[in-house]
Order: sequence, then structure tokens, then C-alpha cells
Amino acid sequence: MEVIYNILEAVLPFEFMEYTFMKNTLLAIILVSPIFAILGTMIVNNKMAFFSDALGHSALTGIAIGALLGITNMNISMVFFAVVFALLLNFVKNKANYGADTIISVFSSIAIALGLAMLAKSGDFNKYSSYLVGDILSISSTEILYLFLAFIAVFAFWYFTFNKLNVLSINKTLAKSRGVNTKLIDNIFVVLIAVIVMISIRWIGILLINSLLVLPAAASRNVAKNMRSYHLLSVIFSLFSGITGLIISYYWNIPTGPMIVLISGIIYFITFGFKKLVKE
Amino acid sequence: MSKPVACGLHCTKIKNISVKFGKEVVLKNVNIHIHCGELTVIIGKNGAGKSTLLKAILGEVEHTGSITFMDIKENVTKKIKIGYVPQSINIEKHMPTTVYDLFASCICHIPVFLKKDKKIYQEIKEQLKIFGAERLIDKSIGDLSGGELQRVLLAIATKPHPNLLILDEPVSGIDKTGTEDFYELVNSLKAKYDMSILLVSHDLDLVKKYADKVILLEKEVIKEGTPEEVFKSTEFVNRFGVIN
Repeated sequence: MEVIYNILEAVLPFEFMEYTFMKNTLLAIILVSPIFAILGTMIVNNKMAFFSDALGHSALTGIAIGALLGITNMNISMVFFAVVFALLLNFVKNKANYGADTIISVFSSIAIALGLAMLAKSGDFNKYSSYLVGDILSISSTEILYLFLAFIAVFAFWYFTFNKLNVLSINKTLAKSRGVNTKLIDNIFVVLIAVIVMISIRWIGILLINSLLVLPAAASRNVAKNMRSYHLLSVIFSLFSGITGLIISYYWNIPTGPMIVLISGIIYFITFGFKKLVKE
Repeated sequence: MSKPVACGLHCTKIKNISVKFGKEVVLKNVNIHIHCGELTVIIGKNGAGKSTLLKAILGEVEHTGSITFMDIKENVTKKIKIGYVPQSINIEKHMPTTVYDLFASCICHIPVFLKKDKKIYQEIKEQLKIFGAERLIDKSIGDLSGGELQRVLLAIATKPHPNLLILDEPVSGIDKTGTEDFYELVNSLKAKYDMSILLVSHDLDLVKKYADKVILLEKEVIKEGTPEEVFKSTEFVNRFGVIN
């Protein structure tokens, strides 16, 4: 860790880099932004923004279950519940003939209500209300290690299965005809989203997590012309808003999460303005 | 039943395919023999189970029964290679998926988000050329016309060379001349590559002109034969009226 800290100090000789928590936060942002950016590309392609939103909300139930069972490491109960939730939601979504948005909404509402009810009953609500908005400045170096592992897992998955995911998102039967195990790939994808969302939610917050998944990719989609620029721009937008968001929040004394989202939002509208220019 | 000209050495046997969604029987004991060099067309009303049959053949929906591919010359069953052209795909105007991105995703493992592989790019270009679509390679699939998209999808479906080509004809988005062009293209493929082709169609005039064999489906095969035989049958006339 010391080596990385020294490198950061050498590269960024600014006042805010003197604090360890700022270094940790910066590292976390550098790891998490590309993950969200690339997962986001497929979430946007597959029109799953609402799905990942519901997944974020399920964190509340995960926390409540963890509190109830007396688990000290909340990550475990959250990840576990979110994975079950994601697989169940995927299963029901594929079975039902009517609109996916209705089903997702049903799942999402139940998850929030259940979480709130359980937390209120056990008297733990205030203790965990910080999960709603998150606190990225509280990240520890062990958690950065988790993020690093997640970073590797996501990139490996993306490297080996992206083409399959891509065909699947265009047409399921076409993917099947190409020998893609569509169910497996689809399930791994949602499980991966569930895990990443859960391990990041404490820093970004239940309310804002989805915007980090959706905004950079959506902005990139406005101007990208192929899969390569789509990914590249999404990663750049995500990193840019993460890093500038952190710096601005430090100087202006604004919570970091919301600042990052605001910058992503501004980028989205700028690219939206350029859309016509670039594509027509 | 009259057999059109074909090498006749390959055939796909679809045996006793049944599909149930819950309690509802969607397909019942469907038996079809598809010979190489033959265009077999499935027709039927909406909800007759046409698309479900295709999905069953491709293994996307659970079914009973079997699909085997026979090489009669060597008298062995082989693993069937199926090419598929979907009825519609999930696209949006200006989306960042180019024809190359989709095509390469189908035929290779080099992740398309990382790099454009020169060798694959050339291969794709050559395949597209056969269908007169090589200039579309860098275009977004969301910006293609209905006819262009069909050509691209057909180019993808026929690489690598399939034993059975399955086509789900689009209901909308292509004008009459476009549809006729499509049938011409399919017809030329049939002659050129001696391929077995299974087509779900909604355009009865063109079916009459191009099909070698017509299957009228309504949960089960209710009539099959040459276009004349089927089109004159009472089963057909009861459902579609008289077509000249």
C-alpha cells in the first residue's frame, strides 16, 4: 500500500493528497469507475437500467437480514441476498409474458419495504441509514483490495464473454443458434452486477449507485460509433467524473457521491447536445 | 409427393416435436423432413406455433422429440450446424454496434470492445460481399434499412456454412420489392450451396413462387406438399381463402 501511496503523492502533488483517506478514495474511484463503466454499457444496451436500480434497492433487505442474524460483516449478507434476488428476478422476468418493468417494480418495492420494516423492528435503522447516501471517504485499504479483486474478475469476464453477451443482447435466439449458453451467460452477468453493486454500495449509497452504472454508458452511447469507442468513452467519462467529483467535493465541502453523479449528469447532457452533430 | 432436384444426400429430420407452455399445448407431434437444396416453407395463422417451432429446433424452448441431421452418403448422423436469421433484433437508431461488431461477436472470440481484428475484418467483408453488403461493415446496425439488415443477418447465418438455414421472415420494415429480393437471394443460396432451408413466411404470393415444399402449421402439421397441393387443399382454403 505504501508504495502506491507514494506514487500517488508523486503524481498528484496537491494539498488534498496528504490525507490517507483521500488517497484511499482516489484509488477506489480509479478501480470502481472502469468497472461501472463497462458493466454499464451492457446494462444500457439491454435496457436494464431499472433492473440494476431494483438490485441496488435490495441492499436494504440484505442489510436488514444481516443485522437480524447478527452478522458483523454486512458485505456477506448483502452480496448473498442480492445474488439470490438477482437470479430470482431474472428467472421471473424470463417466465412472465407481460412487461418486465412491472415485475421489477414489484420486486424492488418489496425489497425496500421488507428491509425498512425489518430494520425498524430491530431498531437498527439509524445505524444503517448511512447506506442510503453512502460515504466514499470511509473506504479502508482492505476494501480497496476487494475492489481490486472485483476489478480483475469483471475484466476477465468481459474479456472472455463479451462477444457472447453482445449477440445475446441483440437477439436471444440468434445467440442460441451460435451455441451460446444464453441462460448461463445471462445469469453470470446479473450475479456480477449484484456483487459489484453490493460491495460498492456503502460508499456510493443505495440512492445513487445506479446512476454510476447508467450515466457514463448512456453518455457514451450518445456519441460512440462502435463498441470500441462506446467502451473507451464510457470509461473515460466515468473516471473523469469520479476524479473531478472527488476533488471538487473536497474543496467545496459537498458529499463526494452526489458530486460525482452531478458531473456524470452534466457530461450526459453535453453528449446529448453533440449527438446530432456526431451521428447525422 | 414430388421431390425437387437436389443432391439428396443430406437431410434433417424433425421428429415428434411437441412443446407445452404450462398446460397449453403449443406444438403437437410435428414431423418434418427437410432435404438439402430444398426450400421448405412453414405457413400458418398468428399463434400457430411457427416461431415456437423454430425456437424448439434451435433448442431455446424445451421440447420433446428429436432433430437429427443425416448424411446419407456416409450413412451417419452428424451434429447439425444451424444458421439462423431472426425475425427482428433489438436495435435502436445510431446504436454503437456496427455490422462488424455484431458479425465478429458471432464468429470469433476476440472481444470486439477491445480491438478490430484485421483478419476477421477481411473475412467478414468477403462474406458480406457475397450478399452485396460489404459497404455496410462499419455502419451501425441501427441505421440499416430493413433490406440491408436482412442481407447482413443472412451473411452472418451462412458463416460458417450451415447444414440447415432457418429464416424467420420479418413481418414489417421491408417493402414488397425488398421481400422479393430477399426470396431471390435465398433461392440463389439454395442452388449455389445445396443448403437445406426452412423459412417461416407471411407472404403467400412469394411462397407460391419460390417454395419447393409448403407446410401448413396449426399446432400440428395439418397439410404438407408442393405449393400447388397445399394451396388447393381445403385445409388451406378454410384458413386463407383462395390464392391465385
